[in-house]
Amino acid sequence: MSLPPFERVVAEHGPAVLRVCRALLGPADAEDAWSETFLHALEAYPSLRPGSNLRGWLVTIAHRKAIDLHRRAKRRPLAPEGAPDEPAPEGAPDGPRRELSEALAALPVRQRQAVTYHHVAGLPYAEVAELMGGSEAAARRAAADGIAALRKTYARGETP
Amino acid sequence: MMTAQGRRAPDARTPFAPPAAADAAAEARLLDRLGLEAQRRGLLDVAYRTLDTPVGSLLVAATAEGVVRVAFDCEGHDAVLDGLAERVSPRILPAPGRLDEAARQLDEYFAGRRRRFDLALDLRLARGFRQKVLGRLRAIDYGATATYAAIAAAVGSPAAVRAVGTACAKNPLPVLVPCHRVLRSDGSVGQYVGGHDAKKALLELEAA
Repeated sequence: MSLPPFERVVAEHGPAVLRVCRALLGPADAEDAWSETFLHALEAYPSLRPGSNLRGWLVTIAHRKAIDLHRRAKRRPLAPEGAPDEPAPEGAPDGPRRELSEALAALPVRQRQAVTYHHVAGLPYAEVAELMGGSEAAARRAAADGIAALRKTYARGETP
Repeated sequence: MMTAQGRRAPDARTPFAPPAAADAAAEARLLDRLGLEAQRRGLLDVAYRTLDTPVGSLLVAATAEGVVRVAFDCEGHDAVLDGLAERVSPRILPAPGRLDEAARQLDEYFAGRRRRFDLALDLRLARGFRQKVLGRLRAIDYGATATYAAIAAAVGSPAAVRAVGTACAKNPLPVLVPCHRVLRSDGSVGQYVGGHDAKKALLELEAA
């Protein structure tokens, strides 16, 4: 058994990794994080064991790249974020999804990560826990708390 | 009062998915950027593109050394990429840039405006005897033909007519290395990696 051509890995997992990057960082930095993730993955790819869990591997890389980008952003001089009349960056989802990404961004980091890795990337809680550190139960709780919070903020105005 | 929708457990997956059209554009943009940046950082071991030609869609792949593979539709492009991943490197991305010159020369050839290719070739997929045969094939001029037996004699193994046939059938660089110019001793066209019709079409193109 050998590794599939990398282009197939991108086709199969690229969209999910892009959703993960958007959920972790918002639309503006998501594409940089995606590019960094796949370049890093491409470099390491030949030494990957065939049959590895590619989705989990890529999301782990995206997780680290998102943390890097987040740290770098913090060192940048403060810019007003998400001013209401600011044009949406390229590739930004509009409409209700934009509000969702804002609601997601407002979550505490661990809740946002747990929701992203389980509900957006589709990783089982055991892998989410491995990625975030901590127990599976804690990962499950963080995701549940995150979803509960999203239901309050994101669903507001949609239900009477 | 809560609606039925409000009571239902939220389907967390659906609203996270951005609109499909915007997504497809973003993915295409990101794939282009990945190919360019991978090339810049020396991580792109195999670049490929496809090319529409009178003999169907051709896949053209190149390493940093040169064109390493040309494949007809009938070989199955996915299977060809699998083979490249196994035998050259799994670091494979579509990256038209590296193939621009090859694509331009192939277009000219199929338009009847080019009689020889001036491209760096990477012959690593044909070793030993087969590579020797390919070297001999490259000496057959545009519009000319040779027989399997003549090629066998020319590489110093006159009894190896069948092995020459195999080398032609497994030519990793058809069209660029002109195995289509090798015919049977009785003058019939013989087999071809791209199919009998493709071989006839190439011979007719060169006879025009």
